[in-house]
Amino acid sequence: MGIVKNISRRNFIKGIGLASGGLILACNTDSLGHMPTEALIKFNPNLFVQLNSDGSLVLIAARSEMGNGVRTSLTSVIADEMEADWNRVTVKQGTGDSKYGNQNTDGSQSVRTFFKSMRKMGATTKAILITAASQKWKVPASECNAENHFIIHKSGKKIGFGGLVEIAKTIEVPKDIQLKSPKDFKYIGKKLPSIDVDDYSNGSAIFGLDQRVPNMKFAAIQRCPVTFGKVISFDKTAAMKVYGVLDVIEIPRIERPFGPLGGVVVIATNTWAAFKGKEALKIEWDKGVNTSYNSEDYMKQLTENVHKKGKELKNKGDIDAAFQNAHKILETTIQLPHLVHTPMEVPNAVAWVQNDTCEVWAPSQAPQRARAEVADFLKIPIENVTMNVTFLGGGFGRKSKPDYVVEAAMVSKAINGPVQVVWSREDDIQHSYFHAVSAQKMKASLDKNGKVTGWQHRVALPSISSTFQPGVEYAGGGETAAAVKAPFEIENFNVEVGKANAHVRIGWLRSVINIPLGFSINVFTDQLAYEAGMDPLDFRMKLIGSDRIEETNSEHKMNTARLKHVLKQAAKNANWGKKLPERHAQGIAVHYSFLSYVASVVEVSVKDNNVKVHKIHTVIDCGTAINKDTITAQMEGAAVFGMTLTFYGKITAKDGAIEQSNFHNYNMLRMPAAPKTHVEIIDNYELPTGVGEPGVPVIAPAIVNAIFKVTGKRYNSLPLSDYNLV
Amino acid sequence: MVALQINGKKHAVEADLDMPLLWAIRDFIGFTGTKYGCGKGLCGACMVLMDGIAVNSCQLPISVAEGKEIITIEGENKNLQLLQKSWADLNVPQCGFCQPGQLITATALLDSNDNPSDDDIETAMSRNICRCGTYQRIKNAINQTVELKKG
Repeated sequence: MGIVKNISRRNFIKGIGLASGGLILACNTDSLGHMPTEALIKFNPNLFVQLNSDGSLVLIAARSEMGNGVRTSLTSVIADEMEADWNRVTVKQGTGDSKYGNQNTDGSQSVRTFFKSMRKMGATTKAILITAASQKWKVPASECNAENHFIIHKSGKKIGFGGLVEIAKTIEVPKDIQLKSPKDFKYIGKKLPSIDVDDYSNGSAIFGLDQRVPNMKFAAIQRCPVTFGKVISFDKTAAMKVYGVLDVIEIPRIERPFGPLGGVVVIATNTWAAFKGKEALKIEWDKGVNTSYNSEDYMKQLTENVHKKGKELKNKGDIDAAFQNAHKILETTIQLPHLVHTPMEVPNAVAWVQNDTCEVWAPSQAPQRARAEVADFLKIPIENVTMNVTFLGGGFGRKSKPDYVVEAAMVSKAINGPVQVVWSREDDIQHSYFHAVSAQKMKASLDKNGKVTGWQHRVALPSISSTFQPGVEYAGGGETAAAVKAPFEIENFNVEVGKANAHVRIGWLRSVINIPLGFSINVFTDQLAYEAGMDPLDFRMKLIGSDRIEETNSEHKMNTARLKHVLKQAAKNANWGKKLPERHAQGIAVHYSFLSYVASVVEVSVKDNNVKVHKIHTVIDCGTAINKDTITAQMEGAAVFGMTLTFYGKITAKDGAIEQSNFHNYNMLRMPAAPKTHVEIIDNYELPTGVGEPGVPVIAPAIVNAIFKVTGKRYNSLPLSDYNLV
Repeated sequence: MVALQINGKKHAVEADLDMPLLWAIRDFIGFTGTKYGCGKGLCGACMVLMDGIAVNSCQLPISVAEGKEIITIEGENKNLQLLQKSWADLNVPQCGFCQPGQLITATALLDSNDNPSDDDIETAMSRNICRCGTYQRIKNAINQTVELKKG
């Protein structure tokens, strides 16, 4: 837990994003544990709370808001511990700055990183206010209590928080801070609406795309259709004739993981003119080595690579002997395509370079990374870059990569004025950091009693590491953990990784590797259950086996009892095994990811080639639930995200160029196909764990497993639209 | 020069006659609640009311919009305001970016149909994409608004 200090009278209030005055507390969080030791010795606060004399409470949200509800959930933790009135809270978005600690909003980790520190901040603020009241009234602090923005003396005398600010400013932080008992939580574990809900609904929320700066120009960039290709020459004559086009310039590729791809930039007085000018460009490209990339051939290559011995990641027992002595052997090859994020708000950024400073406004999941990349490009000190974070119209991992932010800085520098770089939807789909295409081979042996005696899992996919270190040929430890740590009691267990070179930029997309691994493990488990003549639920419970807690130094330890519990609850809520109408069936899947346990049961019907998902029952155990409404919403959203990739998601490349371009050929699930999703959140006070991502991986396998029950057909590749199943 | 009637006020816009209304609203007049999502009339993020009908403003040249009554998410419409309240009640938005478009489509539906069935709602709302997946809540919020109106 972090150290909390009263900094109301200190100089370094300047620059933290709060107005002066009021009671200001600061805390350095646990995440500093990852930083060098000097940082631990020096007090480097990164969480701030300000209470003003009018009673208003200002909290800084250092993490990005992209539908994850973080501006509401994290701040509600402070408000709860300090007994504040939620209606008095305003949230200010922090700029991208290391003073706020790690701001990367990905990996479903905002709550779990900040939870303890937020509680301590709130509890400390409350303790200071109680001390202030006891001094004012000259009564023992033990006779005072905090309740709904007031300090109340046992005599009944009360004073609002705001009225204590002046005294509180002078009070040192007490040594012993008492956290609330979870049973007294007022906001934590309840349903709070988003603090921004009205702004979202009346159009006043400012996303990156809505940012305006006086005299701002608009820019669109034509990038090479093939990843890392270069401009040989371009003709701007036609583009310059477009009404509103001001100039056409070239920007080079920057060879860094988050460096822009380079291309030809059209600068205009409005977005439309920039788009139209871009279409009028004539460009000759040197398309480079990646023109050889054809995703269909590539899939064959990946498939071959998992059909031979790969690099061993885990080998327990004797897999060969298990296969030799098997009663039954089962083998399956799983093939999954590239995907792309398509947040509803395309990548975009405003930058304004002036002399040796730059101000940026962007929807960024990684504002510190964006700031650092801009400073590096401009060769100016990082303090000279102000990185404002707007609302994000979706992120899903795309906006963790600030290539589009650097582009804006490049163009602003070139034209010597403020500019907004706007990606078209086509740009977004074709020039992304793609979710990896993958092939997997699963092989297992069963004995006479239907017990799995051997399990072999081979995975080949271009690694995210290839974006950071060109030439990486094998997926790394983080990318294979869910296969290596498959939570099953199997004596002979072997995991290997196959070779896969990257030909496009590979990045992370909501749930990342858990999409292919959650799919293969759950689909194959179902097949095994069928071969063993067992119910898929019973079979899974047996396969997970005894109650075990993972041996790890991490404070988060996987617990098979919790995994089995979500599975049981999902089955119970869905009334697993109930009598269903003809051509209806249920399918089930369970997966542990981002430290959370999720199981889903889906009910589908299949008539002709029409698959309808009627109902999804999802159960999540994410430890202490902060905002149950947000968690429910994330599970509902995950069901839709999962269905989109099940039925439609597929990015393909031909001669190095991405073949999909917009929502007509990269389809999204729409309301008529959307399921009714029921969500149960397991009640406990374990450490809070991930919510944004772990709901996705179970959806596709549960659907495919249900379809099998109706049709007797196994679909081991996605999307289902490839089989004309929609 | 094209004269556009937006949210009850006249705005003169000097641009190509084939420029879609979306960009006049966003880049010239400054109502940024209407969003760009695809530029091809596929996602509904740019939805506005034109003489009461929900249209994809990214597909509508300003020359066609001239002389028509345009209402954006920032505008006034009885059903829109009721829907916005239900949106807040049910905490519909996640990232919020597509919601102005969703609300405009829903407004046009309720303007033309006092008592839409679930099928009516699904058909009308199939013009709008929500990548966060808030469809279930959108549907519930529309149904709640209908119920409130019945009083």
